[in-house]
Amino acid sequence: MQVTSTIREPLVTGGKTVRDVSEDISRQVEGKPTRLWWAALGVSLVLLLFGFYCLCMLLWEGIGMWGLNKTVGWAWDITNFVWWVGIGHAGTLISAILLLFRQRWRMSINRAAEAMTIFAVICAATFPAFHMGRLWLGFYWALPWPNTFGSLWVNFNSPLLWDVFAISTYFSVSLVFWYMGLIPDFAVIRDRAVRMGHNTRAMIYNALSFGWQGGARAWMRYESVALILAGLSAPLVLSVHTIVSMDFATSLIPGWHTTIFPPYFVSGAIFSGFAMVLTLLLITRKLFRLEDYITIYHIELMNIIIIITGSIVGIAYITEFFIAWYGQVPAEQYEFINRATGPYWWAYWSMMTCNVISPQLFWFKKIRTNLVSTFVISIIVNIGMWFERFVIIVISLHRDYLPSSWSMFYPTMYDVGQYLFTFGFFFTAFLLFAKFFPVINMAEVKSIVKATSEKKH
Amino acid sequence: MESNKNFVVGIFDDEDVLVSAVENVREKGIHIHEVYSPFPVHGLDEALGYRRTRLPIASFMFGITGTCIALFVQTWMLGYDWPMDIGGKNHASLPPFIPVTFEFTVLLAAFGMVITFLIVSDMKPYSWPRQFDIRSTDDKHVMAVDLANNKLSKDEIGRILKDHGASEVNEKNF
Repeated sequence: MQVTSTIREPLVTGGKTVRDVSEDISRQVEGKPTRLWWAALGVSLVLLLFGFYCLCMLLWEGIGMWGLNKTVGWAWDITNFVWWVGIGHAGTLISAILLLFRQRWRMSINRAAEAMTIFAVICAATFPAFHMGRLWLGFYWALPWPNTFGSLWVNFNSPLLWDVFAISTYFSVSLVFWYMGLIPDFAVIRDRAVRMGHNTRAMIYNALSFGWQGGARAWMRYESVALILAGLSAPLVLSVHTIVSMDFATSLIPGWHTTIFPPYFVSGAIFSGFAMVLTLLLITRKLFRLEDYITIYHIELMNIIIIITGSIVGIAYITEFFIAWYGQVPAEQYEFINRATGPYWWAYWSMMTCNVISPQLFWFKKIRTNLVSTFVISIIVNIGMWFERFVIIVISLHRDYLPSSWSMFYPTMYDVGQYLFTFGFFFTAFLLFAKFFPVINMAEVKSIVKATSEKKH
Repeated sequence: MESNKNFVVGIFDDEDVLVSAVENVREKGIHIHEVYSPFPVHGLDEALGYRRTRLPIASFMFGITGTCIALFVQTWMLGYDWPMDIGGKNHASLPPFIPVTFEFTVLLAAFGMVITFLIVSDMKPYSWPRQFDIRSTDDKHVMAVDLANNKLSKDEIGRILKDHGASEVNEKNF
């Protein structure tokens, strides 16, 4: 018996049954990868290798290879760090916060979004790690481990240290949350492998599924674990970008020293994260023919979140300007005038166009339900969000208190190379994930098939 | 694990039929070994009479442990073991310790709970599960009734399961 709501749009189209769900999602794990997949993997590996060369040079020669100077001591490295961490936020928002709000449309997108979170956080972590220069000593500098470098312990008053704890906790908890979701789905692939007679595959996926059976008792515990992990992840995800913003907000640099940063950064993070989820899912959906699971309705809902968070970000930009004027601090006022009209005006106006104006196009239903426009705007949003961090970091630093030390920042090949490395890593990891792991949470989708699947005509 | 046990295995296609079958079968005094499903079925644990899991309590205890450890470690390191004068501020004050305390609380609560879950559910990467029907991860709900714990005969139990909507009834020996 199928029950179809007349009010809500179906979340699974094409009249799928529970059996079709296992079939459609497991197929891409079991089959041979397509040529397009190999081509994409090839491009990602080239980026990864070139980036790896740049990373080796950075370790060998030191971070003087970057274009940093005495005035601009943070530039692409921290910009990229904040950008990647922000992108990660959508995964946890979808899987944790939407679970707490019982939003069922999260179910077919949470797996891929969480995978994106994990890879994005790894990408982010490479920047501060390499910024330490002597990476191999980072253990002593970043963790409370006795050493002989001067101050015996790390400084727990520093937001940079909070960042270490926030990012590593966020990474490990997201990883566990993601893996918990994968356990029943690995068991599906194991049992299909047994039926097809692939013993090695069955062994591997059994180990990955921890011998999952799906008993009622196990499911009861499993659901309770998922709910609590969601409850823990929801404040965690908000804390992470709050702490990242405190790296700036607790300093005294004009342009950074603002109390608006935590909510502003968190909404910006969700904004860019959803854009990246859309970019990836539109490709994945096409490559693996998942149109019945990731429907236009899903895309529209994500676009609505982009309008909301994009508008919050826009209001934050305007508020910053207003407060700079209203606060009557000359240095702060100059900083904001310099953002809009100084030598980096193009970065500022790129940010404003991409982040404030482009998402407003989604007010039109035609635009937010169109795949091409969604794909284009999702990329524009992430370009804009990169510029936002560049504007905050570089423009606030490049004209400091002494006009004699004013300077500009020019990236070198190694700045670009490390950024490309993270792209190479991100896409390589995502492609491997999409090939070997089920990209959609089968167990969750199966639980809603009966209630929200479209009727067979 | 017990060996050489005989089970009657009922296969159900629909989760709502399953839940009412579980209730009716239990009313008849039949002891159900376990029900295996491809996805979580709401109301199944109540129908089976399972006690609510205490994993939330475990998670809370781990979390509290994390809070205490983080607060103690930070206060001890910066307040007693190696006090540092940073801008004339207090060696150990609570507000800057909150972020790390929060993160450590979440870390221990999450990991403690998941590890407890794996232990109490007896899940290990190297153990092969005892499967009553391999379709239970695909699209079928599988009810296993073990004969050793029930007075009724195999055929009687099979007939009861059929009457309550089982699409197939099989036998399984381990």
